[in-house]
Amino acid sequence: MHIGYMFAIMKSSAVRRRSAPGVVLAFLWVCGPAFAQNAALDHPVQYAPADIAFGASLYSGQCTNCHGATGDGVAGVNLASGKFRRATTDRDLTNVITTGIAGTAMPGFKFNATEVDGIIAYLRNMNSFDIGSVKPGDAQRGRAIFEGKGACLTCHRVNGKGSYVGPNLSEIGTVRGAGALERSLIDPTSGLMPINRPVRAVKKDGTVINGRRVNEDTYSVQLMDTQGRLVSLMKADLREYTISTKASMPSYKNELNPTELADVMAYLLALKGL
Amino acid sequence: MTRRFLFAMVWLGVAWGAWSPAYAQVTEQRLVNSAKEPQNWFNYSGGYFSQRHSTLNQITPANVKNLELKWIHQTRLTGTWQATPLVVDGVMYITQRFNDVVALDAKTGRVFWTYQYTPSPNHKACCGANNRGLAILGDVLFMGTVDAHLVAIDTKDGHALWNTEVADIKLAYSLTVAPLVVKDKVIVGVGGGELGIRGFIAAFDVKTGKEVWRFYTIPGPGEAGHETWEPCPPNPQTYCDPDAWKHGGASVWLTGSYDPSLNLTYWGIGNAGPSHNPSQRPGDNLYTCSVVALDADTGKLTWHYQFIPNEKYDFDATQVPVLADIDWNGQPLKAMFFANRNGVYYVFDRATGKFLLGKPFVKVNWLSGFDEKGRPNQTPQSFDLPTWPGTQGATNWYSPSYSPRTGLFYIPAWENYANFVGGVATQYQEGRNFGGCCTKPYGPVPGAPGVPSISRGPVNNWTETAGTGAVIAIDARTGEQKWKYAFTDVTDSGILTTASDVLFTGVREGFFHALNARTGELLWRASLGGQIVNGPITYQVDGKQYVATIAGHSLVVFGLRD
Repeated sequence: MHIGYMFAIMKSSAVRRRSAPGVVLAFLWVCGPAFAQNAALDHPVQYAPADIAFGASLYSGQCTNCHGATGDGVAGVNLASGKFRRATTDRDLTNVITTGIAGTAMPGFKFNATEVDGIIAYLRNMNSFDIGSVKPGDAQRGRAIFEGKGACLTCHRVNGKGSYVGPNLSEIGTVRGAGALERSLIDPTSGLMPINRPVRAVKKDGTVINGRRVNEDTYSVQLMDTQGRLVSLMKADLREYTISTKASMPSYKNELNPTELADVMAYLLALKGL
Repeated sequence: MTRRFLFAMVWLGVAWGAWSPAYAQVTEQRLVNSAKEPQNWFNYSGGYFSQRHSTLNQITPANVKNLELKWIHQTRLTGTWQATPLVVDGVMYITQRFNDVVALDAKTGRVFWTYQYTPSPNHKACCGANNRGLAILGDVLFMGTVDAHLVAIDTKDGHALWNTEVADIKLAYSLTVAPLVVKDKVIVGVGGGELGIRGFIAAFDVKTGKEVWRFYTIPGPGEAGHETWEPCPPNPQTYCDPDAWKHGGASVWLTGSYDPSLNLTYWGIGNAGPSHNPSQRPGDNLYTCSVVALDADTGKLTWHYQFIPNEKYDFDATQVPVLADIDWNGQPLKAMFFANRNGVYYVFDRATGKFLLGKPFVKVNWLSGFDEKGRPNQTPQSFDLPTWPGTQGATNWYSPSYSPRTGLFYIPAWENYANFVGGVATQYQEGRNFGGCCTKPYGPVPGAPGVPSISRGPVNNWTETAGTGAVIAIDARTGEQKWKYAFTDVTDSGILTTASDVLFTGVREGFFHALNARTGELLWRASLGGQIVNGPITYQVDGKQYVATIAGHSLVVFGLRD
């Protein structure tokens, strides 16, 4: 018998999201040029909105079975991040798409050249759909706020600086778009990945351990405690184990003004790892 | 006859028994009577009734804690390893990706031989190049290949005896199923349901590899059931495919069962294509998402039951049909138990196909009940609301077990949900994906990476929010839950029960468990460090019982401490 859980009650907002490809496509057609500009910041090639839209429709039919609608259906692969383990250039991508990856489930696809161009255009722009309501500001100023007034390094870590208490943000710009970052800053709980939920454990001797969950199985839980130590606990040794659905991070809605928020967003978007 | 002669005869008999090898050819009789040889594991599901229940009883609830590692065999290839090994007279035979066969000493794990098959580079498997195992008859093993061939291999030296093309890989056919030998035929089904195949089950002559019969899982024009692929209405509002039946899926990728007394073989049939856009294929779409009973000699359909007409969830119905002879309301019944991916547990009269019971074993909201013939009253959820269970289903390829001793049916279950956000009109193009788009398994945070639907690494980032797993034990006659052993993570492991009421199963977390089959109490566990995605088996060599499972890329064998 396991000790009592306080499982998260599934929030309706987490599942009442419409993400039909048609919506994405409609969004693309309306906002296409803006995406192309965003993509141009990171990549020397400017992709035509029509190519992106064509690629999106091909992607929805040919790729979603394995890669999922948001590009993260295969373990360890996040197509929307713009970073590919086996491809850097568009030529590399063409090669992977048309010949597959030996020894893996990735087969070669018999696309013609136009179709390959479309798929690549879409892949290069997958993470640009979620643009939010705030236009990102100045990344340099954002870094100063992040490390200064915002005191974000008190909990987070970026490129070797800061705390281990919260998730490391060194690559956050590859996995979250502007809209998601904006939501996280305003309402951190809405952006809290369930695996990162705060946990409280009380050992049988009364020792209390608080931390951020990093993994869990039927018999044990692994966490980063508030002192930045990796801790693994056997559930059989605990008399209480609680998983909170509320983020420890405060909202910055009233802590930062809109310009400052836009600057922090720009900095976070620029964090793409080393 | 003199006393001396009689003595000589007895002595000779004893001596023959003493020095003759344990090895003997696998005859049809041995396969039919496999329960009498619990030391062997003769086919994918451990017997024609597919109960995955062994009468071995050396490992008990009392001594299971003394299990220790005996040997490990590691594969050199990547990808999930879903195969179930065979064990015959002390020799284990197992497939490993793509289509290697390895023969090992079941006692030590030392390899006798390896057969390597090189599939065509043009093969295309929708969901990974899995191979789930072998069949055996005489001195011959049978294996389906990812490029849709059926190969016969000599058990002694691992050399191919014949190689038959089952279907055309240009049309995206593949074979991942472990074949089923019935009498002088070897039976397989074809994969490719997400790639626009027209599915079939076919039987081949064990000696020559020549096809003997073929049952198309989508009936053609003039055949019964073809009318369930209805013609498109004039001026349809949305895309309608007039040739839907020609590429409507109905794949077969898990091994069927066989009842020698009825001479019927039973197979679960996969989803329709495109999975998520049923409006372009109007009608019930037989025999997709069904179970079929075929005459083993001719392949002729005897009965069928369709779990979800005009299905849109990609739930398949390829789970293993489990057969048992039971008492049903005071009368003997040749029953079939079927724990479906759709979350419902079914009981049928396997002689007639009569629907006797349909009872959910997890939360489901795609149906509200059944009519008197067993047709489900479907309650499709809108695109922005979750459907229970999710895309991966409430169970899947992971085999259940039935113990005639406890009367319980054991299901490796998922409790999960998904948003079925499809479908998208999809025109068939040869060899191309034909899924009809999309489901949304679980994305915990808008704009952040979601959670992979098929596989992921060792961190449980799905968490309790996306889904949890369990072994659920139900009364096979009523579907009532008797006990449940819950896991934090989901489970892809099959289940084995034994005559000492020990239940073995794994979990995605990599733990291999022994539970008390009557109570669900944990008796023993070992952390094997890799996802367990096959079904455990048990066998005996030289009087000693072993238990084998696969974790990650390792085949791991346990036995009691010497």
